[in-house]
Amino acid sequence: MRKSMLNMLAFLVFSLQFLLAFNLTDGSYLQSPSYLFLLVAALISAIRLMTEMTAYVDAKPNAGSGLKAVVPSIFAMMLVMLWQSLVLGFAVSPVLLPSIKSIVISFVNNLPLLWADFQQTYLKAVLAGYVLGCSSGFIVAQLASKSLFLRNGLLPLGNFMSAIPIVGIAPIMVMWFGFDWQSKAAVIVVMTFFPMFINTLAGLQSVDHLHQDLLHTYGASSNQRFVKCQFFYALPFVFNALKLNSTLALIGAIVAEFFGTPIVGMGFRISTEVGRMNMDMVWATILVAALAGSLSYGLLALLEKRLLFWHPSVR
Amino acid sequence: MSSTISTKPWFALLSFIIGIVVIWYLAALLMNGKQLINTLERKKQDWTYTQVASQAYQIPRPMLPAPHQVAAQLNKSVFQVAIDSKRSLIYHTGITLQSTLLGFVLGAILGILIAVGIVHNRTLESSLMPWVIASQTIPILAIAPIIVVVLGALNMTGVFPKAVISMYLSFFPVTIAMVKGLRSSDVMHMELMRTYNATQTQLFWKLRWFSAQPYLFSSLKVAIAAALVGAVVAELPTGAQGGLGSRLLSGSYYGQTEQIWAALLMAALLGSVLVFVVGLAERVILSQRGNANA
Repeated sequence: MRKSMLNMLAFLVFSLQFLLAFNLTDGSYLQSPSYLFLLVAALISAIRLMTEMTAYVDAKPNAGSGLKAVVPSIFAMMLVMLWQSLVLGFAVSPVLLPSIKSIVISFVNNLPLLWADFQQTYLKAVLAGYVLGCSSGFIVAQLASKSLFLRNGLLPLGNFMSAIPIVGIAPIMVMWFGFDWQSKAAVIVVMTFFPMFINTLAGLQSVDHLHQDLLHTYGASSNQRFVKCQFFYALPFVFNALKLNSTLALIGAIVAEFFGTPIVGMGFRISTEVGRMNMDMVWATILVAALAGSLSYGLLALLEKRLLFWHPSVR
Repeated sequence: MSSTISTKPWFALLSFIIGIVVIWYLAALLMNGKQLINTLERKKQDWTYTQVASQAYQIPRPMLPAPHQVAAQLNKSVFQVAIDSKRSLIYHTGITLQSTLLGFVLGAILGILIAVGIVHNRTLESSLMPWVIASQTIPILAIAPIIVVVLGALNMTGVFPKAVISMYLSFFPVTIAMVKGLRSSDVMHMELMRTYNATQTQLFWKLRWFSAQPYLFSSLKVAIAAALVGAVVAELPTGAQGGLGSRLLSGSYYGQTEQIWAALLMAALLGSVLVFVVGLAERVILSQRGNANA
């Protein structure tokens, strides 16, 4: 009974401070430092809530994913609250760090502009480069799994490429393919090719020998072996590469846009708005990038779960 | 097994390298030749294919500098100028190396600390772990210009802002691998430690830390490559302050393609040397434990 009262109190303090954070006047912590006590109390409450929730969720053997997401979301809310109230309360200059509220406001106000940037960077450059890079990496890996010569030649090259900053080719690609999205797609193709190649090859080679022998006794052709056996062994590896590449592709596109773009695109927006010290807009663009990155990652993870329901890592 | 020459690893690698160089020269001929023909036609001069072919490897600011041109540029900027000169590639490599190493060390420490926290505290695990993973789906390099500007406004210029970006990129692989590694101790050993009534600290220093080391080193190799990428990209917005990234940027502004290629090659060299050094440390330390195969 006492415990639930305490939890209730923690919840109240936390939500009170959370709401207050968005309504603080600039510099209120400087004028009346006693407000800081509430902030500290809210932090302690948040930690208590997380501890209690973790224990609660752990005690339930088959908790749903919604319940599991509670603790991370409390953590995120704690960070948002801390950011918002510290920035407002100590009147931090918006050039240093704009408040969450002003980022969201400029996000909402500039939706058409951000959408145009998103279209240029994501829907054109990232998708084209990603599809090309991943599919060519897959195809070459498939060829290499059959040929020792290709494997011997390409694997050291792939390991070498994973050690070097490939984004550096961005200025060259901009010079070759022009300022528009084609040059960004080219950077992404090079960046995504090798992770896909290495992972797929590892997957294709992870085939159980017993299974292969079985197919051999059935007299399966090499195509049948690939479609019925190898492909499924490779799938978890392929998904790993796809998830890794989804972030790499976005990074490649944005960095390549620092080297020259038509006057649209997320990288262009970031570099020009930084120059104008318009940090709200920069952070709004980053919000878009973060949303795009985590949504594409999430979609891939969901697809993986659907396709790999039989795999031990998913079950 | 037949052991003809075509199954030897070095043969395949060698033929790939030769193939790349040949394609490189051909591509340089085609791309630079086209550029040359365009300029000649604009000047309304006559041209022949032999003339174009003989000049394609000599024009200044070519579309694609041939390997020997890049090598000449590397030689010029590495050996022919004083090391402290701003035109020396060694000077710029040094700047990049500094922030890479600082960021790498900070990132490794941060990664290990987070992993230790996650392994020992269930609340920390359930609240932090999803965000550690989510943090990597954010294209963090996009924030590089901001971090540089913000820390610059706080009067922190030079190595530190760049190192922060390297740190952000390199902590993630370390955290993930260390969480796995710290939990990978043999169950029998864990139970033995428990029968000895070992404390958590003793358990950590006498068992977990050692079972995590192979994981730690393989993640450090990923982390140092990521730290280099972070340092190079972080140098893009800082402009003329120096570093391989700024060489890339100034090269692309002034169309100095040979400079871009030389800086790129230097970055590739630096990256492979760094990964090799970490690999060497791994082999030395792990072989002391009789774990030579790792």
